[in-house]
Amino acid sequence: MAISNTERSRRSAQGGGFSLQNEAVRAIFWQVLVLGIVALGIWYLVSNTIANLEARRIATGFGFLGREAGLPIGEAMIAYSPTDSYQRALIVGLLNTLKVAVVGIVLATILGTVIGIARLSKNWLLAKIASAYVEVIRNTPLLLQLFLWYTLLQGLPGPRQAMKLGEGVFLSNRGIKVPWPVWDDLHVWVVGALAAGIVGAWVYTRNANATQARTGKRPPVLLPNLGMMVALPIVVWLALGAPLVWDVPALRGFNFVGGATLTPEFAALTVGLVVYTAAFIAEIVRAGILAVPKGQWEAAQAVGLHNNRILNLVILPQALRVIIPPMTSQYLNVTKNSSLAVAIGYPDIVSVANTTLNQTGQAIEGIAIIMAAYLTVSLSISLFMNWYNKRIALVER
Amino acid sequence: MSVLRTLALGTALTVAGFGAAHAQAPASPIFDAVKARGTLVCGVNTGLAGFAQPDSQGVWRGLDVDACRAVAIAMFNDATKVRYVPLTAQQRFTAVQSGEVDMMPRNTTWTFQRDVQLGLDFVGTNFYDGQGFMVKKSLGVNSAKELNGATICVQPGTTTELNLTDYFRANNMRFTAVVIERQEEVNAAFFAGRCDSLTTDVSGLASTRASQGAQANDYVILPEVISKEPLAITVRQGDSKWSDLVRWTFFAMLEAEELGLTAANIDSMANSENPAIRRFLGATGDLGQMLGVDNRWAYNIIKTVGNFGESFERNITPLGLPRGVNNLWTKGGLMYSPPLR
Repeated sequence: MAISNTERSRRSAQGGGFSLQNEAVRAIFWQVLVLGIVALGIWYLVSNTIANLEARRIATGFGFLGREAGLPIGEAMIAYSPTDSYQRALIVGLLNTLKVAVVGIVLATILGTVIGIARLSKNWLLAKIASAYVEVIRNTPLLLQLFLWYTLLQGLPGPRQAMKLGEGVFLSNRGIKVPWPVWDDLHVWVVGALAAGIVGAWVYTRNANATQARTGKRPPVLLPNLGMMVALPIVVWLALGAPLVWDVPALRGFNFVGGATLTPEFAALTVGLVVYTAAFIAEIVRAGILAVPKGQWEAAQAVGLHNNRILNLVILPQALRVIIPPMTSQYLNVTKNSSLAVAIGYPDIVSVANTTLNQTGQAIEGIAIIMAAYLTVSLSISLFMNWYNKRIALVER
Repeated sequence: MSVLRTLALGTALTVAGFGAAHAQAPASPIFDAVKARGTLVCGVNTGLAGFAQPDSQGVWRGLDVDACRAVAIAMFNDATKVRYVPLTAQQRFTAVQSGEVDMMPRNTTWTFQRDVQLGLDFVGTNFYDGQGFMVKKSLGVNSAKELNGATICVQPGTTTELNLTDYFRANNMRFTAVVIERQEEVNAAFFAGRCDSLTTDVSGLASTRASQGAQANDYVILPEVISKEPLAITVRQGDSKWSDLVRWTFFAMLEAEELGLTAANIDSMANSENPAIRRFLGATGDLGQMLGVDNRWAYNIIKTVGNFGESFERNITPLGLPRGVNNLWTKGGLMYSPPLR
């Protein structure tokens, strides 16, 4: 049937002349028409916007990015001061968004998996607690939860009455202050040793897998890998004379000076996102595990595997194929939901771009920057997850 | 969310005014549009006691609201012909630019860049303000110069943020900012102790402090005023007939105070021999007609809303803010109306 159809259309295409009766011509005609209408629509919107902006004497363009920002940003992963440009301020905001997204995704995955498995537990209490968690958390708005976490963190004592949790570790409503190692140029070698150890461990594990496939016997993996990744950097560090100076926070004036800070804004946003998203991930994990036929459990039990090993070796690898696609959506949600940061004062890309568009009045450009930033991050996550999904897809032999 | 709203307004800018930019635009598009609509659309604060806030009956009251009512009286001789649109700091410019509101009194600081680049006209400063700091009394701070190392709560998207960084740089001090979008949230963070100090215009600080009731005395506003904030009435650029009407409506309220005309005594002035008062009341001359409105527009405004001083006393004095620089020039302030003639 299909062949005869193509045959016919090819013949009529050769038959010549422009005719909408012709399937090939018709297909191209409609596509060109639709494309033309879309292009015309876009052209109209863009030119109309430009004309309106000109008529209202509103300056346009991205020239403002180079101007001095002058805005204060509470926390930055790269050096930033208000004398820097808007461009740098926006990069600081984007890095803050990425930070909360990465930390949020990792922690939400761990917590969600644990709760998802707990919900399937044979322990009645554990299963009910997990169910209650999922139902309460996913049925209340995220913004409300963020306000709750932020308010709770603000209930902590002020810096002058800070709780001392250990040597140099302070908890107050300004966040958690911890000692932080001062960077020494010799530390490059330690970081290098760590990188070498990770690469070494990866190569070693590959070889071990190959050996196991060939001989059926698995060489010891855990100890040699730990040795390469942990012991090697420590040995290098000791060989260099153990250079380490701690920057210990101390109360000076209004606040603690020195050390590293985990701000209440970051903490509230991260906890909020993790707790909220974990509820959804738990359901995805549970669905994935239940999707594996019961016979797989029974077969694995029949060959004498422990429950833990059944989960790790038989069930999860199959469940992952069901889990990954909806998980991708959750990861995208974490990233996009992080834009609620502005409500509790965490300086993410939306917060910084909003302020920028207000200071400069460049609303359309500011919104375009926010959209471009989220689109880039989201598409990157999608691409990665699609690649991973392909990788773990069932390989039929 | 305000981003969505900004986006919507941006889209409005994209789609609206189809043809208007290309076709022959009328000479006074805003004036004519307001006249045809029969209501004034006024952009106001989302809720700031004394300036713009709905009362328990849902009626908007405040200094800004009086400015809107005065223009509605000039146009329609009816103070109720106003629709109030609450705008956050982030929405306000787009709302004026796109024509969502016809005017916006006192909600933005008049700066060079905003005047020149944003397609706005600033027709007159109806409140002179300046940025200050509020701290908890128990902190023992007596001057803004002692705030080195402090954590400071601030709202984004205003000149406040820029003045703050400028001031600390000029005085070689450091600070950590906590930037929160909504006014209620930023105030809550300050009162919870997340920040050592809250900064905004002194009028806003006074309003926030007063809202704390019995605890108000636990907080002090530091004496330093670190910036000039001429808060001005804003309209969209490109309709001088509309700018003129809004500008002279404001000046009429100042002029009335200078002439001693109040809501209570203006009727008894009908037979005054003072030529300035006779012009003001529309008994001689045709000031109103020149603006394209009723010749007794100024009389109507004062009869209903009162003069600027009355509006100030009704709305701002209860906050505990002195008249200060917002007094008439004859009483040592900056309020000065050009002659109405």
